[in-house]
Amino acid sequence: MKLTINGEKLEATEGQTILEVAQENGIDIPNLCYSPELKPEGACRMCVVDIEGVADPVTACTTEVSAGMVVETETPSLKKMRKVLVELMLANHDVECLTCDKAGDCKLQDYAYRYSVKKVRFEGEKTEFKGIKDDNPFFIRDNRKCILCYKCVNLCKQVQGEASINLENRGFDTRVTTAFDLPLEEINCQFCGLCVNECPTGALMEKSALRKARNWELKKGSTICPYCGVGCELELNIDENDQIVKVTTNSDNVNRGQTCVKGKFGLDFVNSEERLTKPLIKEEGRFREASWEEALDKVADNFGRIRDEFGGDATAALSSAKCTNEENYLMQKFMRAVMGTNSVDHCARL
Amino acid sequence: MATNEENIPSYQDLDFYKSQRRLALANCGFIDPESIEDYIASDGYQALSKVLTEMKPQEVIDEVKESGLRGRGGGGFPTGMKWQFAYDASGDKKYIICNADEGDPGAFMDRGLLEGDPHSILEGMIIGGYAIGADEGYIYIRAEYPLAIKRLEKAITAAEEKGLLGEDIFGSGFNFKLQIKAGAGAFVCGEETGLMASIEGERGMPTPRPPFPANKGLWDKPSNINNVETFANIPIIIREGAASFKELGTEDSSGTKVFALTGMIENTGLAEVEMGTTMREIIFGIGGGIQDDKEFKAVQIGGPSGGCLPDEKLDLPIDYDSLIEAGAMMGSGGLVVMDENSCMVDVARFFLNFVQSESCGKCTPCREGTRRMLEILNRITQGEGEEEDLELLRTLAESVKKLSLCGLGKTAPNPVLSTLRYFEDEYEAHIKNDECPGGVCQNLLPGYIIDYEKCIGCTYCIDACPIDVVDGRLEEIHEINEEDCNACGACEPECPVDAIIQKNYIEHFPQYRHLLEEDEEEVEA
Ligand SMILES: Cc1cc2nc3c(=O)[nH]c(=O)nc-3n(C[C@H](O)[C@H](O)[C@H](O)COP(=O)(O)O)c2cc1C
Repeated sequence: MKLTINGEKLEATEGQTILEVAQENGIDIPNLCYSPELKPEGACRMCVVDIEGVADPVTACTTEVSAGMVVETETPSLKKMRKVLVELMLANHDVECLTCDKAGDCKLQDYAYRYSVKKVRFEGEKTEFKGIKDDNPFFIRDNRKCILCYKCVNLCKQVQGEASINLENRGFDTRVTTAFDLPLEEINCQFCGLCVNECPTGALMEKSALRKARNWELKKGSTICPYCGVGCELELNIDENDQIVKVTTNSDNVNRGQTCVKGKFGLDFVNSEERLTKPLIKEEGRFREASWEEALDKVADNFGRIRDEFGGDATAALSSAKCTNEENYLMQKFMRAVMGTNSVDHCARL
Repeated sequence: MATNEENIPSYQDLDFYKSQRRLALANCGFIDPESIEDYIASDGYQALSKVLTEMKPQEVIDEVKESGLRGRGGGGFPTGMKWQFAYDASGDKKYIICNADEGDPGAFMDRGLLEGDPHSILEGMIIGGYAIGADEGYIYIRAEYPLAIKRLEKAITAAEEKGLLGEDIFGSGFNFKLQIKAGAGAFVCGEETGLMASIEGERGMPTPRPPFPANKGLWDKPSNINNVETFANIPIIIREGAASFKELGTEDSSGTKVFALTGMIENTGLAEVEMGTTMREIIFGIGGGIQDDKEFKAVQIGGPSGGCLPDEKLDLPIDYDSLIEAGAMMGSGGLVVMDENSCMVDVARFFLNFVQSESCGKCTPCREGTRRMLEILNRITQGEGEEEDLELLRTLAESVKKLSLCGLGKTAPNPVLSTLRYFEDEYEAHIKNDECPGGVCQNLLPGYIIDYEKCIGCTYCIDACPIDVVDGRLEEIHEINEEDCNACGACEPECPVDAIIQKNYIEHFPQYRHLLEEDEEEVEA
């Protein structure tokens, strides 16, 4: 079907929302609570747009397109209303952008800039603050910076299937927390870090990144998680000393923004002093560094010697979940065809 | 005895009942609500029998459409059309839900019906279930209505025993069962999507519409939700025919409406009138006018998020559309009458305080915006308002109204917007002149002063003052510390020689001139 957004004639399919069509076509409608992985929540109201013939603005994240629809996304009145929304969020926010570790990667900050919020007109009381929650090795929770977009709550429930966090109180006193305010380590949290990845503000932040670098100083490098065969795509955030400061993911990756605790928080070994970067050969009880060629030759020689002397069944192989499917396939093929044994196994079967 | 009978007027002749048209409330107070036989004896369940034995579902829907019945729960959406949507929605399982949450402070229309005539609601729901193709219904009722719950439970059991609920009702092959779900009393759970979330055991938070309940409602199944009074009208429409129902009321708002009449009027209580009756008739006819012969100032109509209308709107015929136009709404039918001694800013503050504390917290404008509006109103009523505050208030009100997710936020600014529209002078008096014209806002009340010519130094006023701002010793002239006096008035009646006078009186009465002069002298000095 055809529709018009900001004067551009666009093509869309039935069932798509205005926001989806806009994003597909590079039209940036502000949003804070939207995620392609979630049912639209309609909470932040930033994505309001005008539809010709409809009196009040509607949220682009919840409204499905229809043929011939004419949509405007940045009219003066919409800008004014978004400005009020940003002001309302900032009025109940710990505005410390000068030193906040989220600065430069914070959607609230971006929208404050985009809608020229220089001074908040509605200063007043703030929601009661119970202190920064530092109850696990991986990330902190700071309610003063939470804008209640509910993404963390919804991702935990709808995507991760854990529902470890939810809301307490209502209205102005609403807060995201765990059942009975228990520490995350004492409940069913898997520390997948999905909530931290998707938090639009500094309410959830990786501890490894605190006070390390401004976001714009970080180099980003895309890689595949080394931990298992699933092959999640990760984004390494690297500082000027080539240290990994934090690991993030993107919702347009194959893993759609998800990782497990290892991929998200377990890559500190990469920068470890003790990490092996060259093969070691043990001689007379002591390790010495060797070249790959020498090391592989030694392995091949010994494999051949054992097979010839004792037969293939004297050997067995156990391969690793860190390998890909293809590598695991090659391993068993090698054992069967070259070594002549069926004694193969894999750590994930244990 | 004969003379006595002449002296005791029949209830129909009382002012309160004379111009009421009791249709939904017809049985209330006349039958034993706990007896299904009483209900049946007053034509109860005849409509159900007619529907199940003579009518097709579509015919039932057409009849309701024809009656022009609109939802009595607030929105005024045409009931027949709503039923049609649910009927047309595809699905093998559908639900029909009765909204008996009645969260408006001071409203008790639904409670009156539930406690006085529970079977009429059951009958309306079974008919609705048959019409849309639902075999299961829920009554969502606030737990604060224990008597209503008890009577509903009794009614359901009695209807089951008589075969009016359950399998194969009237041998028609139609099955229907009803359940009660007691709600914990959050106002927002009266909003239909919040209500369904609550039945599902979720946090009572509204969800965006569309999808509408008719397509994706309770447990994602097509559902139809109506208010108690809406259901109570259904058996009447089926029994008496759509045409006779449509004769009542106005062109676009047919039938009657029950109002909960409260405030500073002589007669309070439930009043059911034809749509199109004027506010004047309800307040001055049925309500018997303002208490103590005071002046009428405003009427707040439509619950906490309704609007306040001034005397020039008294002749407005009450129907859904004219009320919206005037900046109020029908709501569920709350009517609070205010006299000359009310402060309209304080009234707006009161209602806004209610809705802001009942906001679920989901969407930004309602959660944050209503709090900021309340803060501004608090400032104004405490005498700390600034001129920019009115502009800020309007900006916030507009944004909250336009941007909120559900009806709670969308209507929350109504009390503020309507009082700004009709009583802006009162806001200005607070801000510019530090005056509260209604004499309500404590910080703006003129304090008290002691007439030194009369004071005998008895210390009674010193003892009476709760905040210790009267100075003086026995048999010496006492003095009120004007700065700190909060105008509570506790001292005034204690004075045996009437020496304590409210400050705003002194300029109006010659006998206090000496006090005034002194004030001026002080200013000059
Ligand atoms: C904040 C809020 C509270 C509501 N509370 C009630 C209520 O207590 N009772 C009710 O019948 N409808 C209430 N409604 C209206 C319902 O959402 C819904 O429109 C109504 O139950 C539909 O029934 P009707 O078509 O018969 O009026 C409320 C709406 C909002 C936005």
